[in-house]
Amino acid sequence: MADAPLRILIVDDEAPARNRLRQLLDDCGEVLPLAIVGEAASGREALELLHAVAADLVLTDIHMPDMDGLELARHMLKLADPPVVIFTTAYQQHALAAFEVSALDYLVKPVRLPRLLTALQKVPKLKPLSTAQLDELPANARRFLSVTERARVVLVPIEDVVYLKAELKYITIRTVEREYLLEESLTRLEEEFGPRFVRVHRNCLVARDFIRGFERRVGDEGDAHWEVLLRDVPESLPVSRRQQSVVREIGRVA
Amino acid sequence: MQSIIGQNAAPLAFPDLRNLGTIVRVVLGANLLFAVGALVRASQWRDWLEVWMDAVAVAELHLLIELTLLVALAPWLGRVSYRTGVGAVLALTVGVGLLTDLLLGRVAPLPPGSLPQYLAFGLVVAGTLLFYLHLRAKALSPSIIESRLQALQARIRPHFLFNSINAVLSLIRADPRRAETALEDMADLFRVLMSDNRNLVPLADEVELCRQYLALERLRLGDRLRLEWHLNSMPGDALVPPLVLQPLLENAVYHGIEPLTAPGVISINIFSKDGQVHAILRNPYRADGGRHHAGNKMALANIRERLALHFDVEAALESRVKGDTYEVHIRMPYRAAARDAAAEGEANAGPDRDRPPPSSTLGHRPKATHG
Repeated sequence: MADAPLRILIVDDEAPARNRLRQLLDDCGEVLPLAIVGEAASGREALELLHAVAADLVLTDIHMPDMDGLELARHMLKLADPPVVIFTTAYQQHALAAFEVSALDYLVKPVRLPRLLTALQKVPKLKPLSTAQLDELPANARRFLSVTERARVVLVPIEDVVYLKAELKYITIRTVEREYLLEESLTRLEEEFGPRFVRVHRNCLVARDFIRGFERRVGDEGDAHWEVLLRDVPESLPVSRRQQSVVREIGRVA
Repeated sequence: MQSIIGQNAAPLAFPDLRNLGTIVRVVLGANLLFAVGALVRASQWRDWLEVWMDAVAVAELHLLIELTLLVALAPWLGRVSYRTGVGAVLALTVGVGLLTDLLLGRVAPLPPGSLPQYLAFGLVVAGTLLFYLHLRAKALSPSIIESRLQALQARIRPHFLFNSINAVLSLIRADPRRAETALEDMADLFRVLMSDNRNLVPLADEVELCRQYLALERLRLGDRLRLEWHLNSMPGDALVPPLVLQPLLENAVYHGIEPLTAPGVISINIFSKDGQVHAILRNPYRADGGRHHAGNKMALANIRERLALHFDVEAALESRVKGDTYEVHIRMPYRAAARDAAAEGEANAGPDRDRPPPSSTLGHRPKATHG
């Protein structure tokens, strides 16, 4: 490991910023063996690239359209061999205090050469970020949920999710096309995505956009309950007695 | 250029009588004083209305003629010293008073021998109104200073500055000439941001500033930022508050372009119509932009406030969402720069500076250095 060049991926939505990092890394290359394995303009592009090339370090901007650096860091944890992440940012504000607390490394743009070099030299000793560290950060809600399938990280856009249903250890993500299995906590997801979903049952969050209406069903023993009808998927989901208020809130026929 | 105009600003400025708000205040104030005057002269309550009506018949015409003349004289009044202005108004009051008496002598004559009394009353009304407008201007001037401070506070998001410096750094090795232009643009931009922004500036200067700002943003964002300029009927000499457009464009980039991976268009449409200057800025709008819009609201409130301070009720700023487009529409009175100031601008700017480019120009033309 000591002599193998450090493989680096640069992620930034601004081309000049990527160029600048490349220049600085070239300068570092005279002291420290390194190889730039790629450049990406968004988190999504970076993730795609990482399926093709391996990287030891990802230098990523925090603020990017489509998928920001913090979300990228989360999804990268699902890779078989997650790289170390160092964030770059032009903002120097309160949000960065959280980075200090979580002992995350970040570089403030414009980046100075000695500062970059010090950061690179520490990389072989660093472990990938942990979910716990990332949870400390004041992140926006993710744009995607990610699941690992056949050693690839598959992204599910949050707006495609019809419902999330907890079953045993996993959460089933239902989109119009198919289902995915996710290993996260339903409560956390509810906190993260807030008003996008509504809890209809202890084990189930339904996307408001996909609610078509509610229907009263009478069971075999004469006990009646409400059932959520969904857009574009045939199945319906039961509303638990405790969550019945959502029926009135959203209306019988949305 | 602003500092040059700044030197012309006398500490005591004569109220702008072309302003609708000022005119309304003068008419209402004068009529209130007529009513009070009538009250003093009437011996009994029931005589009041009659006395008032008699006075109004003459005084209203007097007021109308005098106001018309003052509006016509407003550019001159704005240039001369405050003392001369006051003298002129008082002289005009007496002159128009005599003229009115002459005109109405047959129809509604003043009681015999009461002309000097009438003229004295006219002078009191004129003096009181001048004093009121003076007090009002004085009361507002701290707000104008404060609005200047707010203009400074509302300026440029720090991330723009640091990202731009970073972009310039990236150019220095590969394309030193572009780096030079970018630094010059940045210098001009910050010169305006740091200068005394109390006084109105020619619209052409504000547009040039916007152009420099957008050139820097294009350096950073490349093809993601597309610009459409529609300036063919822009009155470049119209006077506008400084930084009335640039913060809006900054918002347009921050909320409309940066959250997109695909290219987005910002369109800038400035024209004059019926004695008013209109500026319409449009940018792509996404309901789930993910960026909190507090910054946008602050900039809008700031500009709205400065428009009100400078133009009172004659200016307005409206913003709305039309489908996937966000639109800001500013309406201001078309007040042309005084000739000397315009000539000053011309001399400083060089021949092509005031001339906006034709519609739909992309990118930025290198700017001649001046100073």
